[in-house]
Amino acid sequence: MRHEWILLLGANSGMAKATGRRFAQDGYNIYLASRNSEEMENECAHLEVKYGVQAKALHFDALNYESHERFYSQLDQKPEGVILAFGILGDQKKAQNNFQHAKLVLETNFISAVSILELVARDFEQRKHGFIVGISSVAGDRGRQSNYIYGSGKAGFSAYLSGLRHRLFKSGVNVLSVKPGFVATKMTAALDLPQKLTAQPEEVAEQIFKAVQKHENTIYAKPIWRLIMWIIIHLPEWIFKRTGL
Amino acid sequence: MKYSAWGRFPVIDAAPVVFYSNKSLAKAIFELNSLIPFGNGRSYGDSALAPRFVPMRSRDRLLAFDEKSGHLVCESGTLLSEIIATFLPHGWFLKITPGTKLITVGGAIASDVHGKNHHVEGCFSECVESMHIMLPDGEVQRCSKGDELFRATCGGMGLTGIILAATISLKRVRSRYIDQITIKTRNLRETFDAFENYSSKPYSVAWIDCLAQGVGLGKCLLMVGDFSDEGGLKYEEKKRLNVPFEFPSFALNNLSVKAFNWLYYQKASEGISYQKVGIDTFFYPLDAVNNWNRIYGKNGFTQYQFILPKSASFDGLSEILKTISISGKGSFLAVLKLYGPANDNYLSFPMEGYSLALDFKIERGLFKLLDQLDRIVLKYGGRIYLTKDVRVSRGTFEQGYPQLEAFRIFRKKMGMNDKFNSLQSIRLGL
Repeated sequence: MRHEWILLLGANSGMAKATGRRFAQDGYNIYLASRNSEEMENECAHLEVKYGVQAKALHFDALNYESHERFYSQLDQKPEGVILAFGILGDQKKAQNNFQHAKLVLETNFISAVSILELVARDFEQRKHGFIVGISSVAGDRGRQSNYIYGSGKAGFSAYLSGLRHRLFKSGVNVLSVKPGFVATKMTAALDLPQKLTAQPEEVAEQIFKAVQKHENTIYAKPIWRLIMWIIIHLPEWIFKRTGL
Repeated sequence: MKYSAWGRFPVIDAAPVVFYSNKSLAKAIFELNSLIPFGNGRSYGDSALAPRFVPMRSRDRLLAFDEKSGHLVCESGTLLSEIIATFLPHGWFLKITPGTKLITVGGAIASDVHGKNHHVEGCFSECVESMHIMLPDGEVQRCSKGDELFRATCGGMGLTGIILAATISLKRVRSRYIDQITIKTRNLRETFDAFENYSSKPYSVAWIDCLAQGVGLGKCLLMVGDFSDEGGLKYEEKKRLNVPFEFPSFALNNLSVKAFNWLYYQKASEGISYQKVGIDTFFYPLDAVNNWNRIYGKNGFTQYQFILPKSASFDGLSEILKTISISGKGSFLAVLKLYGPANDNYLSFPMEGYSLALDFKIERGLFKLLDQLDRIVLKYGGRIYLTKDVRVSRGTFEQGYPQLEAFRIFRKKMGMNDKFNSLQSIRLGL
């Protein structure tokens, strides 16, 4: 049995749930932070019954920046690792016509992540200890007409994670960027995803767990996505503009 | 998106109802006219198919376990395999389990599934102490044995509401092994005698060769057993095989099925033999192969499962086996089992007697054959199993289920028939 805690931010997402369980299986205690903390009570019970670890549901509102400092300082025991999994897909068409919606997507995926992770980074830097995992997206690798509002938020988040990794390296704190391609979660339940390119959240969780042990920098959920995104990134603009991506 | 159940027939266009909390689920129920909960997609036909379905697999938490009583509280999307993997190492096993562990607890309740020990322990509802169900108005109601909501929900095919969580009781076991006895019989009479002779064994099931004719009609391998005292509890599931693509439809034909049945029958020793086998081999032989439903090809398949009252079973089964054998329509997996008394749930399938389950690939002429079998089943006072069904007529179904009217009245009274519907419930007027 370990004594360390992992803080899951956005714990109601399918990927966070699977990742929390993977760390609990290894004996970590888990803070489940979500706007919907009631829903998290059942997950806490599960982690305790199934893995015999401690788990706590915490209320966390990513968009309420003012609350972040108090949220982090009130943790009984500071976490060994923080996994940031919140984010929203939004609706590209709606975001094009309604700035409030675009703002919500950008703030949730990017600004609020900066707000909370800066607090975590400061703490870890002082302690010279810990790890941070940010769930970004392949959509941030190149803006595409079909989801560039979401994509630009994730691009910002990816750049942020890369800078944070650079800064914290000296302090022995590793930052892992996760760029899942398609993952079968609630967020994508209504989309018709190609099966061969779609990962199960448990697969991604396993990859994240291993990547944390090995201090990796960036992982894609299915290795094929590294290739797909390499091609998409390197398509010359004059071709790219004409695609329907 | 395209979706279908285990039989991969029919394939329909449907959209999932995505929810993040009980509140958002209640809101969806309020806003939609018709929906059906969907577990792990292991019912065969159209009982969990509807244009809007509610995927329940994400509700998969174990909430509490009492080591004194063996009572487990879990969410309805929990797979039986999860329960086994978690609790078998501590000496607990499911009281009632069907032939696959890849189903959800909610699905097990909605189908009121049964297993190899039905003649001793009854249906899954026997191990359900209580459950929480979201009703058409979005309210969550608790019900337990004796309540009408309980009787209607167990076996009620998801038509009474969304089962959210249940308390089920597990049973103590001392080993992950089963002491198995295999009895090879030469005809239907011997098969029946063997079932009777071994009826004190808690688990029993027979694999029957449906294409055998004449003197060999009804020959089978009967497997009976009970949990061993030895071998320990250290449980690890073997890696599953996979069928990576669908077979061409012609791969399964009269000849290949005959060859399979012949091999299967030959590999067992003559007369009576003894084995020690793991729980996965004994209870879940087909779970060892992922996507085994693909062997039936792109048109899919159905399972025909009926039950006949005990007194009429011998004559009825003889007639049905003859009819199938003459038709030449192959079935690998014909499973015969002796059942104990019926329970009083409105739509539970079992009754005291013999049940036979056969897989058929969907092909021209099949439904005509099944209609013919329906008539024989009705003639002998039997009925068919909703969980496997995709095609039975309303008239045939109604004759088999004397409590159907009570179920309909209850659904109406509670406003459930306006909210929860599947293709099957509409077809049969459930």
